[in-house]
Amino acid sequence: MPSDSLALHKKAYEIRQRNLIMIYEAGGGHTGGDLSSADILAALYLNGVLNVDPQNPRAPDRDRFFLSKGHSSGLLYTTLAFAGFFPEEELATFMKPLSRLNGHPNVHVPGVEANTGALGHGLPMAVGTALAAKMDGVPWRTFVLAGDGELQEGSNWEAAMAAAQYRLGNLTLIIDRNRLQMVDRTERIIGLEPLADKWRAFGWTVREIDGHNHAEIMQTLSAIPFEDGKPNCVIAHTIKGEGVSFIEDRAGWHHRVPTEEELDAALEELRGAVR
Amino acid sequence: MSELHDCRNAFARTLEDIARGDPRVVALCNDSVSSAKLTHFAQVFPDRLFNVGIAEQNMVGMGAGMANGGKIPFIAAAACFLTGRALEQIKNDLAYTGTNVKLCGVSTGLAYGPLGGTHHSIEDIAWLRAIANMTIIVPADPVETEQAVRAVVDFVGPVYLRLSRMGVPVVHDADYRFEIGKAVRLRDGSDVTLVACGTLVPRALEAAAMLEAKGVQARVINMATVKPIDREAIIEAAVETCGIVTAEEHTIYGGFGSDVAEVVATTHPVPMRILGVPGVFAPTGSPEFLLEHFGLTPQGIRDAALELVESGGPQ
Repeated sequence: MPSDSLALHKKAYEIRQRNLIMIYEAGGGHTGGDLSSADILAALYLNGVLNVDPQNPRAPDRDRFFLSKGHSSGLLYTTLAFAGFFPEEELATFMKPLSRLNGHPNVHVPGVEANTGALGHGLPMAVGTALAAKMDGVPWRTFVLAGDGELQEGSNWEAAMAAAQYRLGNLTLIIDRNRLQMVDRTERIIGLEPLADKWRAFGWTVREIDGHNHAEIMQTLSAIPFEDGKPNCVIAHTIKGEGVSFIEDRAGWHHRVPTEEELDAALEELRGAVR
Repeated sequence: MSELHDCRNAFARTLEDIARGDPRVVALCNDSVSSAKLTHFAQVFPDRLFNVGIAEQNMVGMGAGMANGGKIPFIAAAACFLTGRALEQIKNDLAYTGTNVKLCGVSTGLAYGPLGGTHHSIEDIAWLRAIANMTIIVPADPVETEQAVRAVVDFVGPVYLRLSRMGVPVVHDADYRFEIGKAVRLRDGSDVTLVACGTLVPRALEAAAMLEAKGVQARVINMATVKPIDREAIIEAAVETCGIVTAEEHTIYGGFGSDVAEVVATTHPVPMRILGVPGVFAPTGSPEFLLEHFGLTPQGIRDAALELVESGGPQ
């Protein structure tokens, strides 16, 4: 692994640790999906993919990021805190009465673009921001992270058609393809495959990557736009619960909160991974 | 009979006028370019009107995104589909997130008459009234429509503008100034109050003229802003007259009349009559026929008012 990838890998594992502690302290959160997307969010916020300024989070020329899988708010808050958008100590208020860090993202938190949490909302909004930027001929870009299960929502496919119609090369959708939704495997509920072919058929350029390999993530995200005038789709193959052996790839950990013993064991594993 | 006007024309004309001076203004339609009367807008501003196809959820989400990117999107579509199909986007992407998007529901209420219940929009006020941070405006005539469009451009936040396609007479003078949240008294009276919005305003005025012939002085209030409602105007009417009749082209459950009744019941209770569609899907018929069918006529409003006057009110 190149040294910057290694640094990012370490950062992502630190995020995972803080994120798990936060879920444990809050007594709520979405453990599996947070761990699954941690490497992607670390790359976006801590390695300069997103042009955002923690000191000026509403700067008009910032890149836009929509967390369509809003249930991973714990991960988003942790990453934003690590990126300097607000003090890390505030993470202790996650889901506590009157905290702005509620269970799904909201715009009172610096760096959050929209109140997501209902699924299938991120991509349509992202089509809107990308179109606004294209109209104005300005260089800022739009990124969306969607869960794979939420692609069952029809609104995504309405937006997929619109993005291709408006030739939004400044729009990138990253799909956290961990193959699990809340209760079971996506393919056993309403299957998504052939997923890459679907996006290609809708007029997008598709790249498939290992969503936990930082070199691959960075290489792919720095190659945007993949093709002129076509929206970009990155299917990030991930493992739900990545980094903790007893959480990995288990549907039961969608929103299960670790016990004290499980937290200790998980932190031990996560610390071991960055040594 | 005075000349009748389609308020959609005033909407389209005004939007075009504003768009000339404000490059932030854009329009989105769900293949509803002609039914929103935006065909000419599309010719003048081909790069600022987006026909996003028959896809209301994406349309409203896109509007939120475009507002995030600095635009002032007007989303114009048949009210039944705009509010029903995209209700969750209206709640989360517009109201909860707080984006500066203007929804224009056209062909509201029973305007699609014979097309049937799928096309009637008689629940939209109830749905959107329940959502925090929404503003709902139901203009009564072209003068008020123009004023309302200008007012919502200056207002920062999500708004729902409810525009019929039924012909309506002009009820406001040319120097009328619409203000969001302010009711206007179109006729003074101290016996009974008629409160209406949209297409029912001219009918309430006609009812007041009929009541005068019977020696009853009816106050007529045009409550164009349904949310936030002008509580003062309602409390004043409850205190100063024997009762209140509301009239709306909408279901009586959770709509405009409910809104007025909530204020009356919790401040100064007086007898009320709530006229609207009584909790049923409307049968087939022209809009005129359906309004008649549900008693949403000058006679119907007059009769309801007489009931209140004859029952003596709270005095």
